[in-house]
Amino acid sequence: MKRFVHFLLLVGIWLLFTWSLQWQEVLVGVVVALLAELLLGNIFPVGAIKVLNPVRFFWLIVYGVVFTWYVIKANFDVAYRVINIYMPINPGIVKVRTKLKSDMARTFLANSITLTPGTLTVDLIEDKLYVHWINITSEDQKEETEIIVKRFENLLERVFE
Amino acid sequence: MNVFIGLLILCIVMCLYRVGKGPTAPDRTVAIDILGTLVVGMCAIFTIITGKDFYMNIGISWALLSFIGTIALAKYLEGKGFDE
Amino acid sequence: MSNTIGLILLIVGISFDLVGTLGLVRLPDIYNRLQAATKCVTLGTCMILLGVVFYTGFNSSGVKALLCIWFILISSPTGAHAIARGAHRSGIRLWEQSKMDKYADDREGEAIKQE
Repeated sequence: MKRFVHFLLLVGIWLLFTWSLQWQEVLVGVVVALLAELLLGNIFPVGAIKVLNPVRFFWLIVYGVVFTWYVIKANFDVAYRVINIYMPINPGIVKVRTKLKSDMARTFLANSITLTPGTLTVDLIEDKLYVHWINITSEDQKEETEIIVKRFENLLERVFE
Repeated sequence: MNVFIGLLILCIVMCLYRVGKGPTAPDRTVAIDILGTLVVGMCAIFTIITGKDFYMNIGISWALLSFIGTIALAKYLEGKGFDE
Repeated sequence: MSNTIGLILLIVGISFDLVGTLGLVRLPDIYNRLQAATKCVTLGTCMILLGVVFYTGFNSSGVKALLCIWFILISSPTGAHAIARGAHRSGIRLWEQSKMDKYADDREGEAIKQE
């Protein structure tokens, strides 16, 4: 079942790329998708199929909207810091903890942190995230976790856990 | 549209300045990564100018290859093999 | 109408690209440069591609541009993460005026424990 969904996804992406419905193109797409699924099927992420559940899909859309808002905010923040003559930066690497368990959710959390205001994930070891922060405002680990992780953690828990 | 191409070339020149000057190897790696993303944007603008869709194919391939190159360079910086 | 929206998206995207590369030139150390460059250039290029979608409409080029946006949004932060980790492990220190470096502290602790 899982492999069949992967196969359908691959054929769909192929059809979008070629954007034609001639039978030769579709045939090549089906053969290539079948080969890719047979050879590399076991390295595809396991948790991705869960998202097709409607409740999770709804929270995925909410996450997308929140994520877009933070990305736009991050860009204006960075633009302000770069254009300002005095460069008001105060950088350092801090350590935060996450309560997310699955690999998929942790990967999404790390990528979201990289694209949000002033933070960049440096390393992820089990549940510890090392984050480079361009403007440190507190030195306490609790407050840092509150500021950096909390804005995505709850949403991602609803989508992927 | 030509103005946009000019501005993107200005961005690429600033990247190349960092590639040439960058005091350490990771600085150059960052600049090369960004250069790849900028070339994808340039392919997108060529799509608008010429109206031909194969420029978008070039952009997608460039994004894929630039990502693989960045990962390879980062692994090299870390001083490990590629199979880890 | 859709051409106007496309033009606005192109202008905003290219200004973000310019700010990102300016950050690449101006900021003091590699981690700060990664911050500015990754964020601004990723969103800038995504906006240029979205501009293409508005210009050409929902046909072959538009769909390819949408797939390209999805791919860049996934690959760009992963690449930045890999470079930051590689740079730190190859021994590049932070800028002198940085406040703290918990990662170096923890790794030195581990190295002492292993000896």
